[in-house]
Amino acid sequence: MQMKEHKPLIVAFCCNWCSYAGADLAGNNRLNYPAEVKVIRVPCSCRVNPMFVLRAFQRGADGVIICGCHPGDCHYVSGNYYTRRRMAMLFSMLDYLGIEKERTRIEWVSAAEGAKFAATMNDFVETVAKLGENKRLEDLRCK
Amino acid sequence: MQVITREQLIEKAVSLLAANTVSCVLGWSRGEFDYDVSPAVFRSEEEVRRNFVWNDFCGANMSKYLISKASGVDGKILVFLKPCDTYSFNQLLTEHKFDREKVYVVAVPCDGMADFRLIKKVCGEGIISIDSEDAILKVKTLYSDSPISVPLTDVLAERCKNCKSKKHVAYDELLGEDGNVLESGRFDEVKKLEAMTAEERFEFWQNELSRCIRCNACRDVCPACTCEKCVFNNPSSGVENKAAANSFEEKLFHIIRAFHVAGRCTDCGECSRVCPQNIPLHLLNRKFIKDINEFYGEYQAGEEIGLRAPLTDYTTEDIEPCEIFHRRDTDA
Repeated sequence: MQMKEHKPLIVAFCCNWCSYAGADLAGNNRLNYPAEVKVIRVPCSCRVNPMFVLRAFQRGADGVIICGCHPGDCHYVSGNYYTRRRMAMLFSMLDYLGIEKERTRIEWVSAAEGAKFAATMNDFVETVAKLGENKRLEDLRCK
Repeated sequence: MQVITREQLIEKAVSLLAANTVSCVLGWSRGEFDYDVSPAVFRSEEEVRRNFVWNDFCGANMSKYLISKASGVDGKILVFLKPCDTYSFNQLLTEHKFDREKVYVVAVPCDGMADFRLIKKVCGEGIISIDSEDAILKVKTLYSDSPISVPLTDVLAERCKNCKSKKHVAYDELLGEDGNVLESGRFDEVKKLEAMTAEERFEFWQNELSRCIRCNACRDVCPACTCEKCVFNNPSSGVENKAAANSFEEKLFHIIRAFHVAGRCTDCGECSRVCPQNIPLHLLNRKFIKDINEFYGEYQAGEEIGLRAPLTDYTTEDIEPCEIFHRRDTDA
């Protein structure tokens, strides 16, 4: 019997003002990106609480990516600067606990970068697929 | 052995009570044994003389208790603070957690506190009493005829071995002499972990964190954990009241706990002291402190009142999260 191929589940937090529109543009331009990417719209990348990231992993996500506006272009002036510090700390901590660092990523994607959005997602899904299932951060109580 | 004696502290407390400078005293109270000293409020001279203690087990950081105790009190509350406690004191003032005017701080020098778990390792169970003389602890146990002598330096708590400062950063009155900020090897353990492979680190933390029983003691004692409503009291979290099914499920709690105090943690080490399972929780906090120092400039929470915590601040030139790993991989 052949084992079912593992398809990674990716949660993408996308800023309403840039990456979310970028995803839209990718769709309009008929650019492919894997259906395993589940996009969650947030008003700003800064809205993403570290708890959201860990909750996603706890409930079975294999990778989490946060997309925001390029530094300096935040709709709310400085939101993404805070995100940058916060997530740098969080990702470094996850690495410290021995969680594969490739499972988390932060990417700056503007509303005009549909192609970049699709390329980023393709690349991320491929990377996470290589790592296989997320075992280290899952929580069986939540599944 | 501490430089300042219990009698000196009692006389200080009694004289301030008698002069009506303060109306109550926040300090360490006698427990059932010599080593289970606990925090308490004393309201009269008699109570102070009967129960107040100051020995090598007064590790408890009194700053956090000021949040609940300083507000309801008539006049001022007297609090005794060790050097590391004064950092937490300043940090709480920075966050406007209590009124400075309500508090009278007497700073007490500290020679490091003993960890009774280490004493038990040396002397075994059944400790009846512990006396200290010139940095030697005399431990009487049920199972030995004569007292066992243990040098205090052998049983110092981890945080005291790597003491970051003997200097008081806030006080109204100082007993004895003030020390200096020290060069400590407090990041050595963190560096050792960083040098391991991801698999080894995971093994290490799995081993440590799987012992967690989620008693929340680390959260409750932490002077930086002062939210009135805590995310971990959320009954709809899905994990409340459920036993862990596999061995590494409390990591979310520990990562978030450490993250919530990142940049505000003064590294007082209370979390590790109170952990009934002896998990080295300070290693999580120190990782954040080390990262913050490395990427956003040297920062010691609580050094001064009014400092802006690094995670509530930014510069346009901050390091990108992916660069952190890149830098580490190229360094290694």
